[in-house]
Amino acid sequence: MSADFPVALILILGAALVPLLRGRLRAAYLLLLPIATFAYLLGLAHGEHGQMQLLGQTLVLMRVDRLSLLFGYIFLIAAFLNAIYALQVEDTVQHVAGLVYVGSALGAVFAGDLLTLFVYWELTAVSSVLLIWARRTERAYRAGMRYVIVQLASGVLLLAGAVLHLHQGGTLHFGKLGLDTAGSYLILAAFGIKCAFPLLHNWLQDAYPEATVTGTVMLSAFTTKLGIYALARGFPGTEMLIWVGALMTAFPIFYAVIENDLRRVLAYSMNNQLGFMVAGIGIGNELALNGAVAHAFADILFKALLFMSMGAVLLRAGTIKGSELGGLYKSMPWTTGFCIVGAASISAFPLFSAFVTKSMIMVAAAEEGHVVIWLVLLFASAGVFHHAGIKIPYFAFFAHDSGIRCREAPLNMLVAMGLTALLCVGIGVFPAALYSILPYAVSYVPYTAVHVVDQLQLLVFSALAFAVLVRTGIYPPELKSTNLDFDWFYRVPCRNLARGLADALARSGQRFEQSVARQTMQWGGQLYRQRGAGGILGRTWPTGSMALWAVILLLAYLLLYYL
Amino acid sequence: MSETKKYWLDRSENVTKLFRAVWGVGIALLVAELFLHKHEEFGFAAWFGFFAWFGFVACVTLVLIAKALRRILRRSEDYYER
Repeated sequence: MSADFPVALILILGAALVPLLRGRLRAAYLLLLPIATFAYLLGLAHGEHGQMQLLGQTLVLMRVDRLSLLFGYIFLIAAFLNAIYALQVEDTVQHVAGLVYVGSALGAVFAGDLLTLFVYWELTAVSSVLLIWARRTERAYRAGMRYVIVQLASGVLLLAGAVLHLHQGGTLHFGKLGLDTAGSYLILAAFGIKCAFPLLHNWLQDAYPEATVTGTVMLSAFTTKLGIYALARGFPGTEMLIWVGALMTAFPIFYAVIENDLRRVLAYSMNNQLGFMVAGIGIGNELALNGAVAHAFADILFKALLFMSMGAVLLRAGTIKGSELGGLYKSMPWTTGFCIVGAASISAFPLFSAFVTKSMIMVAAAEEGHVVIWLVLLFASAGVFHHAGIKIPYFAFFAHDSGIRCREAPLNMLVAMGLTALLCVGIGVFPAALYSILPYAVSYVPYTAVHVVDQLQLLVFSALAFAVLVRTGIYPPELKSTNLDFDWFYRVPCRNLARGLADALARSGQRFEQSVARQTMQWGGQLYRQRGAGGILGRTWPTGSMALWAVILLLAYLLLYYL
Repeated sequence: MSETKKYWLDRSENVTKLFRAVWGVGIALLVAELFLHKHEEFGFAAWFGFFAWFGFVACVTLVLIAKALRRILRRSEDYYER
């Protein structure tokens, strides 16, 4: 195959075969497809392949460089791990949607122009919503509907932005855009939705926890990281993003502390981790950009691991609410262990992945002299350990014994979690491997005595704060609840407004219809009197009277002529 | 798995032991700092035990604010379905 062949199509076309396969053959096929695609990526030469001309613009279907390859690799690793995790799923829709979703995310990553990006962008939205709807509950249906509307809107903004950008003298080439044209602001908003910027974030916490056990794991890997990729490509060094990112790291953690649905806690913590990446992209020097994309790479793995462990709990215990769980380490020791590895990774413990990735962003912020930003990021680092590192494993597997006794997760899920955990530790222990595929050369050294001691102090004393608060009873208990977030504005007042408007429209419509009907009846009556059967204009008149009238008219004409 | 099986963590005195062990680790980390030459970008980050007290204070603040926010934000579980 030449490099002109779009990598996305291997998976998207490959998905068409899934419904025809059954049993072990299907399992083998689902596992081999990401591996084959990965092998294809390894053989690609850097450059812009698959060029097409359209309306005077050059479309590039395959732009291969270090940045797109990095995301290509991790997307396929995640797809492979997800395939193992989802092996027991019988539902064909989920497998097909999953493959199309991964394929279109890859297509977007390798797109060298904004139009190709747009096409794949929308395809990720349409394919991923099927993973939410596959839960087949009313709640999931509604959440999926809200999700897909937001995602499609992001695509529309992207297209509008691209057209405006083109109109204002730009090209469709997708490189560094900066905030030079009005079009680029629209494109930034489109990327911002995918990255879950503050106030554009709610689709994430709303929809992800409503997807299927395996669907949430899939969703966690691709959509938001595609947003991060696009942001790193189009808007590196955009100063506004430093502040946006810092805000993103800080505010979701308050929600994470009081949220009861543990998969929703993870969705909030995802928002927090994305904040680190956005801030890194905003800082925009080589260290920060390396840090941002390396952290995206690590995040896909540890977030997948955490969602996998919570998915296993949901599958076996039948609930994922902190208020109903506890003591599961007795029934699910392996899942507990893997969850703790994920928790240590997201918390950036030394020897785990985030320690070698997130710290690059922190150091870059410090070197650039962003004191406030650095403090906010440090606060968020302590906070993420608190809610994702401790709260998740603690309330699911420890805390008070809920009395739930269930089976350990299925073997394929344990294998998937084990491999993912291995990668999280692998990155932490051998960072050089990840550093070697980053966009820029890395001179950063993560393992210094000072860095290790600083980080351990931060984490151990955060843990002590948690322990002290729990033991003194100050820590808020897990309660059945819905916590209002920004989505309240469009789910309650806006909905009520829309309903009110619809009602008013319906009422005025009724009035209009009634008056029209009355008028019609009146006109109808007249018409009937004049033209109906027996009406003056509806009668059949005798031919003789017609001739008589003609004669009268002719005579009148003659008379007038002589006068 | 038998219901009567007792786990090490089921005994509250063991949980207390664990709690004290974590304090021990924390103090050991503070002692370790005495042997390090810290050179941080920001002067205040080089203060003794900066990361330790920052972590502790940050988490307590986080929880207290979140707890207060709950009073404003908490609704019943089926709030949006009604």
